[in-house]
Amino acid sequence: MSEPIRLTTPLTKDKVKQLKIGDRVLITGTIYAARDAAHKLMVEALDRGEPLPIDIRDQIIYYVGPAPAKPGRPIGSAGPTTAGRMDAYTPRLLDLGLTGMIAKGNRSKAVLDSMQKNTAVYFAATGGAGALLAQRIKSYDVIAYADLGPEALAAMRVEDFPATVVADCHGGDLYKEGIKAYARD
Amino acid sequence: MREIHVDQIRDAVAELCIKANCLLPEDFFKVLRSSAENEPSPVGRDVLCQLVENAEIAAADMSPICQDTGLAVVFAEVGQDVHIVGGAFEEAVDAGVAKGYTDGYLRKSSVAEPLFERKNTRDNTPAVLHTRLVPGDRLRIKLAPKGAGSENKGALAMLVPADGLEGVKRFVVETVRHAGSSPCPPMVVGVGIGGNMEKACLCAKWACARDINSRNPDPRYAALEEELLELVNKIGTGPQGLGGRTTAFKVNVEFCATHIASLPVAVNINCNAARHAEVEL
Ligand code: SF4
Repeated sequence: MSEPIRLTTPLTKDKVKQLKIGDRVLITGTIYAARDAAHKLMVEALDRGEPLPIDIRDQIIYYVGPAPAKPGRPIGSAGPTTAGRMDAYTPRLLDLGLTGMIAKGNRSKAVLDSMQKNTAVYFAATGGAGALLAQRIKSYDVIAYADLGPEALAAMRVEDFPATVVADCHGGDLYKEGIKAYARD
Repeated sequence: MREIHVDQIRDAVAELCIKANCLLPEDFFKVLRSSAENEPSPVGRDVLCQLVENAEIAAADMSPICQDTGLAVVFAEVGQDVHIVGGAFEEAVDAGVAKGYTDGYLRKSSVAEPLFERKNTRDNTPAVLHTRLVPGDRLRIKLAPKGAGSENKGALAMLVPADGLEGVKRFVVETVRHAGSSPCPPMVVGVGIGGNMEKACLCAKWACARDINSRNPDPRYAALEEELLELVNKIGTGPQGLGGRTTAFKVNVEFCATHIASLPVAVNINCNAARHAEVEL
């Protein structure tokens, strides 16, 4: 197997263009945690003409709702949640410059189209590997929507966070092509 | 009559919550490792190696294998010669779930009411409790936490006898195909055949929570388990739905008596974090 690609944030569009489906990556830098409720609040803020709590240009959002942290730890188990529930909100954020998403499961056509238009990438982290992924998260700081508890918008510093490119900015979708390659009659 | 105090039940359930969520059974480890060796897809192999490492970290750390520590599904077999003292049995089970999920730093994912407020109960209660009265003076409790990614992909078909074996196979394969990446494959597939609507579902759930190396004692159903495994692994879903040969680790089938005009089939899908633990009091 080829060596994983090391990526550091911010994730510029130039970096995104180099990535293709099936590439394994190790991400280091700051990424943001947000899931259903935080996405809803961000899009509502945009609807009211307000700015987002973070500048999402060239950033990565990880769809995660972690388990509670044990004392002395930044975070509890923290594997990906299903991306489809964020699909309705995602194109708005991509239009504002978001370049990367980490989650699990396939995306809608609207999201994939918007990713191509805006030069963005979608990574899968391993669902069910929450304990391993939590070890690669070195800090967790709530930035906004603190009352959402584990669903708050947070900044996380990650080191060598493992993920796979599952949808690239060239129109590739590993959820379709991977299954096609291994299906048998 | 043997007396069992509710505090004992509470503490046993609390311990099971933590054990089931943090410790993958040894047999399951072996299956993970051997499928990591046999999976032809490089992405799939990478996923399986991560799952092995993940289970090792979770066990060493006593942290949950997956952050979705699910609803607490509890199967209790209460011996009819057991006298439960000090309070109510169901309350003791819920108290155990609350204690286990709180003390074990497990995620609380239960909402009290499904449609209007969906307010989190904050202690993961109530348990989904299935109680059977059995002979003897023992109390057996099995706890199988279940996340939503996999539970949401279960399905029931009220087939008729004319649909036969082929109809059953088709329904199982289509349910697994449709589940796609949601249950974090490789999965364990539980199939319940026969009974009526609710009994088939219960059989499927029970099948899901069986040990990974168990087989149906009836050789015809054991053969069906193997055939179904082969069929679902032809779909191509693979680890995490990214393509590969290991879509399921195992298919478990349970059957029960049914009506002359019915052939209910239920499929309950368990994810790679196919967690369960049990204890006898
Ligand atoms: S489907 Fe299972 S492994 Fe995947 S996130 Fe849910 S509980 Fe975890």
